[in-house]
Amino acid sequence: MKSLLSGNEAVARGAYEAGVQIALGYPGTPSSEIIRTIAEEYGKDIYTEWSTNEKVAMDAGAGAAYSGRRCLVTTKQVGVNVLSDSLMYAVYTGIEAALVVVTADDPGLFSSQNEQDNRWYTRLAKIPLLEPADSQEAKDFVILAAELSEKFDTPVLIRTVMRTSHSKSVVNLGSRPQTPEGVGPFPRNPEKYNCTASNARHMHPRVEQRLLDMAEYAETAPFNRIEWKDRSLGIITSGVIYTYVCDVFPEASVLKLGMTNPLPKKMIKKFFEGVEKLVVIEELDPVLEEQIRAMAIDVIGKEVFPPCLELLPDDIKKYSIKAGLLREDKSEVQGSNKTGLKALQELPLRSPVFCAGCPHRSTFYLLNKMKLPVAGDIGCYNLGTLPPFRAQHTMGAMGASIGVLHGLSLAGLPENRVCTIGDSTFFHSGMAPLVNMVHNHSRGVVILMDNSVTAMTGHQDHPGVDWAVTRDRPAQKVEIEPLVKAMGVKKVKVVDAFNIEEVETGLKECLDYEGPSVLITRGECVFVSKNPQPAYHVDLGVCVACQLCFKVGCPAIGLAEEKNPKNNKFKSHIEPTLCTGCDICRQVCPTGAIQPPSEKEEGE
Amino acid sequence: MKNTNFLVVGVGGQGTVLSGDVLAEVGMTAGYDSKKSDVLGLAVRSGSVISHIRWGEKVNAPMSMKGTVDYLLAFEPLEAIRMAGYLHPDSTAIVNEYRIPPAAVTTGQIQYPQVEKIKQILAGTTQTVYYINATEKAKELGNVKAVNILLLGALSSLFEISPRVWEGVITKYVPDSFRELNLRAFEAGRELIGGDKANISCQASVLAEADDLEKL
Repeated sequence: MKSLLSGNEAVARGAYEAGVQIALGYPGTPSSEIIRTIAEEYGKDIYTEWSTNEKVAMDAGAGAAYSGRRCLVTTKQVGVNVLSDSLMYAVYTGIEAALVVVTADDPGLFSSQNEQDNRWYTRLAKIPLLEPADSQEAKDFVILAAELSEKFDTPVLIRTVMRTSHSKSVVNLGSRPQTPEGVGPFPRNPEKYNCTASNARHMHPRVEQRLLDMAEYAETAPFNRIEWKDRSLGIITSGVIYTYVCDVFPEASVLKLGMTNPLPKKMIKKFFEGVEKLVVIEELDPVLEEQIRAMAIDVIGKEVFPPCLELLPDDIKKYSIKAGLLREDKSEVQGSNKTGLKALQELPLRSPVFCAGCPHRSTFYLLNKMKLPVAGDIGCYNLGTLPPFRAQHTMGAMGASIGVLHGLSLAGLPENRVCTIGDSTFFHSGMAPLVNMVHNHSRGVVILMDNSVTAMTGHQDHPGVDWAVTRDRPAQKVEIEPLVKAMGVKKVKVVDAFNIEEVETGLKECLDYEGPSVLITRGECVFVSKNPQPAYHVDLGVCVACQLCFKVGCPAIGLAEEKNPKNNKFKSHIEPTLCTGCDICRQVCPTGAIQPPSEKEEGE
Repeated sequence: MKNTNFLVVGVGGQGTVLSGDVLAEVGMTAGYDSKKSDVLGLAVRSGSVISHIRWGEKVNAPMSMKGTVDYLLAFEPLEAIRMAGYLHPDSTAIVNEYRIPPAAVTTGQIQYPQVEKIKQILAGTTQTVYYINATEKAKELGNVKAVNILLLGALSSLFEISPRVWEGVITKYVPDSFRELNLRAFEAGRELIGGDKANISCQASVLAEADDLEKL
């Protein structure tokens, strides 16, 4: 049977067909749909979990794989930084049942803080790396990865990019194999599973031997293949870039690598000897190119195809023409296209903004007004960095805000300071730095923005909610307020995020406190809230066109058609289809022009 | 065989992704190889959404190159012209006339392009542009959210694939409670282009020259 699946859905299907029994991850674009799909489609056969963070997922994955269950761990590219500590020991120990890690990289930074190329991790960890080109391979490679994992006794990394994760293509579906019902007893084998130095000393040579064995295997493995065509140009490539190369260079010979660590060196040498000119086309870093050059093979690579951003078919074509690898086909260039393109450069963009009804709006309205230094974190609230707020001054990694705030404190800044962190991010990696602030007598306000969900990645659960993965699966809710108190924070204040005055009073109280304090701004994400209110409206007879309501940066607020003749400015308008009646704009309106629907209107 | 390339573009919340999913699956159901690639803006709501869909005997890349898109299905005029560079002179564009001004426009920082400018940019890239008011039509049917299936209906009338195939895929993709509404929207969309031509302004005759565009 055939099905049209996204790369993420295909990975989920692959887990099903590989007999994976446990799938764990932390949400992160572009990887999040893998766990969601497994829960929704294969939840009967596979246990799913949004773990507190990627390292927790990796450790739990290792523990389950030691116990004899096939495991899948999913993450976005930066999550591998978090789980790498645990990946490194699993490389030494190996496993009893398959342990497959999927990293969804993000060339082009569609929703990430960097463009790190996670292929490097497999060189560091000395483990196999598989790079699917489309959804069929995404599914097949999960099954293959599970086999390789057990065959070579190692964790295996599968690397997708946004274009494989979020593209759909046709997949042939297979069936699920028999899986063990019960497992155990647990292998009491510390020589294999305890990396104490005296054991690890013996593990390392095994890792090195394994790498040699896998390199030998790579030479004949079916997923590495040479497609001989015109021999004047040979291209080595992998992953989704292979499909681009097929479009841009339909005539060229191609060495398509499905497994990019370790490399099939004999196959590469044979390909090199069979073509007149050898090119490596890879997105981001010269991972393949440097290794091929180290084989004393001269290749064209990053001097033609730059290491930043995506390398789409149009880009490959452009750079290839520039470097003389491809002749420009004049018939393809439409003069008419070019005329349009110039006019397109001045088109208004749709910059991201907080949703209408977002609970984060009040906090950033105040932070903008109070001009405090703000250490920021990762989540929807990072939109507070953008106009009209411009009120997150640093941001770099999950949970970093609290540690950075501590650093601002250590540095002896003359001004008071705060940090912003979401509920899910706090559980992910905010607890350790908060304890550190308490223990070391730091000062600063941690604004913990609790919207009851992991919002930006698509509304997943975290330990602070009472459901897990799907809404109908109950879970134990961990209360934030007693948690931070138990960590030793003496000043903890909880405020209603939809009440600007309450947030302001709470913030000022926390700022006055000479020690670490936590201000919990509580308000449900508009996607979670079950209580949207009727739309507000602007009484144009009262509105004086001061435009102060624009300072809350709400997409529902725009210009009315009517001007105030005194300042010649347009009055405000609230778009009724967008407004959720959160009340924030009414609180900043100095004239009372913004009003909720009257009881009479509501009754209508 | 040459691939057939589509672009489905719009604003987050309009249901463009679902339309593209249906379109890609119709291709597969009709016996083609089919691929799709989505680019979603950072914003959950109100960002630009772009979906590439390609049908063919064999499809390689999931996205098209500039100047190779055969059909543009635009849910919003500004999003339509953003993609003008992907079209070629024989492309067909279907553009929903309903505008969704970005925040920079609603707060008065920049102007939304004039209708004439939009029409000239598109006319400068391709000869066949259908402007339809799909949003209004969907409202008439009782739910503005059906605009995505209505636009698909309009596109479907340009193909010889049986409407039953499209309807089968639509039924699979939309929630049961909205099935009847969406099938009506699909039919209404088909009529907008395939049947009653009263609502259509085809811009085949307007071909702007480069100089004209720069004056705008």
